[in-house]
Amino acid sequence: MSIGFLLQQPFAQHALLAAALVAVSCGLIGPFVVTRGMAFAVHGTAELAFTGAAAGLLIANNPVVGALVGAIVVAGLIALLGGRPRERDSAIGVILAFGMGIGVLLLGFYHGFATAATNILFGNIFGVSGDQLIVLLVIALIVVTVMGIWYRPLLFASVDPEAAEARGIPVRGLGLLFLIVLALTVTGAAQVVGTLLVLSLAITPAAAAQRLSASPLAVAGLSIVFAVVAADGGLLASFQSNVKASVFITCISFAIYVAARLAGPLLRDHRRRHHQGCPADRGATQPRAAPEPPGMAAMTGHHDDPSEQKGRDPAGRADVLGPGDLPMVSPCSQGRGQQGFSWRRAVQ
Amino acid sequence: MSSGGSVIALRGATVRFGGHLIWEKLDLDVAPGTCLAILGPNGAGKSTLLKVLLGLLPLSAGTITVDGRPPRHGSSDAGYVAQQRVFDPDLPIRGRDLVQFGVDGQRLGLPRTRARQVDPVIEAVGAQSYADVPIGLLSGGQQQRLRIAQVLAGGPRLLLCDEPLLSLDPAAQQEIVAVIDRHRREHGTTVVYVTHEITPIADVVDQVLYVAAARWAAGPPDTVLTTESLSALYGTHIDVLRVHGHVLIVGGDGAGACTHPDDAGSVGQVRDRRGRGRPAGHSPKGHQR
Repeated sequence: MSIGFLLQQPFAQHALLAAALVAVSCGLIGPFVVTRGMAFAVHGTAELAFTGAAAGLLIANNPVVGALVGAIVVAGLIALLGGRPRERDSAIGVILAFGMGIGVLLLGFYHGFATAATNILFGNIFGVSGDQLIVLLVIALIVVTVMGIWYRPLLFASVDPEAAEARGIPVRGLGLLFLIVLALTVTGAAQVVGTLLVLSLAITPAAAAQRLSASPLAVAGLSIVFAVVAADGGLLASFQSNVKASVFITCISFAIYVAARLAGPLLRDHRRRHHQGCPADRGATQPRAAPEPPGMAAMTGHHDDPSEQKGRDPAGRADVLGPGDLPMVSPCSQGRGQQGFSWRRAVQ
Repeated sequence: MSSGGSVIALRGATVRFGGHLIWEKLDLDVAPGTCLAILGPNGAGKSTLLKVLLGLLPLSAGTITVDGRPPRHGSSDAGYVAQQRVFDPDLPIRGRDLVQFGVDGQRLGLPRTRARQVDPVIEAVGAQSYADVPIGLLSGGQQQRLRIAQVLAGGPRLLLCDEPLLSLDPAAQQEIVAVIDRHRREHGTTVVYVTHEITPIADVVDQVLYVAAARWAAGPPDTVLTTESLSALYGTHIDVLRVHGHVLIVGGDGAGACTHPDDAGSVGQVRDRRGRGRPAGHSPKGHQR
């Protein structure tokens, strides 16, 4: 079968369109997932979309709606149980393990086509019906609209929640909104690559993009392009073989990531050379004694420098004095950093 | 209630968490353009007061006005500089983007980056040479300058700084203080520092609020930071020593104060009645290098 002939077939057109819709949503939310450190939340939501899909298959022979309901319920649970990142990860682990167990139980009751189960786990892009395509289209529209409206506050809240909250941004509310958008996206992506491989579209393109640029808009754009290339490229490759599309999608996605990791340092070197020779334009208020790199030399490479080590200082936080404690203070020190908390790459 | 021309006016302000009293019956007036330092030991409720000023936390009793109005969460009148935090080196955000949040970070719709909105404030803090470098690759002092630029971009009348100098080295501390104070003098901005070390800001502070043991003392630094005033506050003998421009607050009866040999900057170590020593001024953390 030639590609040209295939592309005229409705099933192939559906598949390509579905993959593109899913890829755009994934590419759009990916940078936020990475910035917020929520890769595990994506995985957890996807795994439990499987449970939902199994339930949907059993009850109404409709895995998509089941997956959607399952993912949204899980997003709500994650928001409810996990506030801080570490707490969130353990909450996700707890829910994930339980949910998967239920999913396996549900599949045990299902006596339909055996492939229906593996399709949930590994995707079945060619089985996308007209109805499912409409569901995917609606999901993509919701995701793009929500992200378009709340892009700036969500980015602010993801990068610096404390400052964002002080600025009046409803950080918690946005967190829940993002989880719901994530659940929608993951459900859509599960149709294409399956619940087990969702990360290849929701994380990998964004992680690759992040290697190539530090501009949030450029990262978003690259992430979407990478996701679409991986999704539709994987589909076109699978047209030529008997291998599932999700295999090619994950491979292309991974190849892009490896290329970006290799190209990232080269790009940085290139920019560094570009910046060399620019005069150092330090502000008049900066004494020369400052331990900061002068001028454009800021891009001339990074190395681990002991003078730049940082520590998050727990001082002044939760250490509430009991009534018996003698309050002790000396507002006189020079604010030294904490030793060995985290070594940072510093620009010199 | 007479707030007069005060930017901040507190009357009988009290905060409790559950049954725990943080501080009570706090009266305070801060005139425009003043630099106020809120001092006190860990857990005394310094940051709590900032949250009240930001409208993030209600008072349990009493009244508060900021610029003549009750503080409103998200108001652009008050800018908040948090303590330096560690940004991931891979974070796809440049200094310029961090500052841009101060201009329109709370607005809906797609981003529109305009250099002319952020360039003046980036210049005001002297960060123009590294504004396009990923934020996670910058030093603590550089990051803190950019966060100050972010807050200044919102054009606040009141600048609330929560331990802005923590984990910065002395040179970077001085630079940050100079940047903030220059802005204060040029724009008449009222500046509030929450800190447990007054030394880096001693030269610029006009007024001190010292909170400890659910009590408080307020006034010019020379009246509040005295042996008598702080001894009355803590209800035990406290020595206030001034050595080479450093203000040392040393407490403890009998056991006396000792100077920690490793920590050149933080001289005061106090011992409580049971003789347990604790580095004063720092919460439990190591001494650097």
